[in-house]
Amino acid sequence: MKIARDIAPPILPLSLEDMGYAVGGKTLLSGITLRIEAGQRLVVMGANGAGKSLFLRLCHGLIDPTQGRRRWASDEARAEAQAMVFQRPVLLRRSVAANLDYPLALKGLPRAARRETVARTLDRFGLNDLAERPARLLSGGEQQRLALARAWAMRPQVLFLDEPSSALDPSATRIIEEMVAQFSDEGITIVMTTHDLGQARRLAAQVAFLHRGRLIEHRPAAEFFAGPEAAEARAFLAGDLIW
Amino acid sequence: MGGPFATAFSLIASGDPALMQIIGLSLRVTLTAVLMACAVGLPLGAALALARFPGRGAVIVVFNALMGLPPVVAGLIVYLMLSRSGPFGSLALLFTPTAMIIAQTLLILPIVISLTRSVVEDLWAEYREQLLSLGAGRLRAVPTLLWDGRVSLLTGVLAGFGRASAEVGAVLIVGGNIAGHTRTMTTAITLETARGQLGLAVALGIILLTLTLTLNAIAWGAGQWARGRLG
Repeated sequence: MKIARDIAPPILPLSLEDMGYAVGGKTLLSGITLRIEAGQRLVVMGANGAGKSLFLRLCHGLIDPTQGRRRWASDEARAEAQAMVFQRPVLLRRSVAANLDYPLALKGLPRAARRETVARTLDRFGLNDLAERPARLLSGGEQQRLALARAWAMRPQVLFLDEPSSALDPSATRIIEEMVAQFSDEGITIVMTTHDLGQARRLAAQVAFLHRGRLIEHRPAAEFFAGPEAAEARAFLAGDLIW
Repeated sequence: MGGPFATAFSLIASGDPALMQIIGLSLRVTLTAVLMACAVGLPLGAALALARFPGRGAVIVVFNALMGLPPVVAGLIVYLMLSRSGPFGSLALLFTPTAMIIAQTLLILPIVISLTRSVVEDLWAEYREQLLSLGAGRLRAVPTLLWDGRVSLLTGVLAGFGRASAEVGAVLIVGGNIAGHTRTMTTAITLETARGQLGLAVALGIILLTLTLTLNAIAWGAGQWARGRLG
């Protein structure tokens, strides 16, 4: 089982072809054409309501586009080797270790392999002392750390993160950012949204800028921050300076 | 006033065999009914919470309404089903404890289904995206949601137990209140009160109240403990 997963076919690049999403006659996202290559660290930016969260959910396969296409290189309808971390993690009412075990059991991993993975994950993220604690009673920062650890234990090729630290204090945010950077170094492709410009500067290798449901800029982060082409993006960055 | 209470306490203290038999049967019938209603109602309620189909709203309304099903009507329905000329008459179940279990299961089932649906629906709203992301489909989510809602669900199960242990109408109609065979605490209280033999009636009343109180205390304690433990 483990070997089979190690040689699992790469699911990236993820190609979005003129992808859009409308609900109740209202277009929330449209004309998104973008390729997410393996190893990227893509930060999706934009104002509130620009469609960042929706974009991630469409990529992750929680919802399907109503126009255009989302295509994984592996041609799966919904690639298995992906994970997502939400703004507010939903942890099950059981222990930390059992929360790590849950998605592995869903994947059908045998008990021994699961136990080993859980032990390795607890170890790697310094969660050993918390292993038997009820996950719901952890602090906000610890909960998000556990959510990231749970995602990592699933051995994703791509990890989506939706404002993973927006509900956390600065020190917890720093820990989360370090974890994301480490995952990226290990070769996990990162696609995350943030409204924190400082965080975007620290983490982004590429930036996709959404404005009112459209992708209006997609460039390497250095170029983007040096001077975006789109007026809206410039205004967005300028807003950062004022605030 | 001293008379019936004195008789009641001496009956309880002496462990009167007729009294013990009545208590035993009551517990057996009610607990079996609760168990059966849970076995059917928990998965069904959860399925109803997650499923989307035309007429779902109507089904929910019907089960909500059935929570108030008068016990005598439930008894009547089961009576018609099990009587000699009814569809299941050949099973000869009328006036047996089994008939009483069936009637009580029917009474509790809507409570368990409706409460489970409401608890699981709320949980699903919170868990849906995360569970789908982790790889659990709707079907696989059912046991997860039931387990995570276990503390709240206990309240529903307890409400079912309360309804079953307190009701007279259904068990009286389908059981017949036959001494030593289908006489429960509630039917005995009805009969003994009508006969003017208040001692046994009061004794049974005290025991029934104590039982309900104890069970609720245990459930409340368990709920408090679990909330502190599980968050």
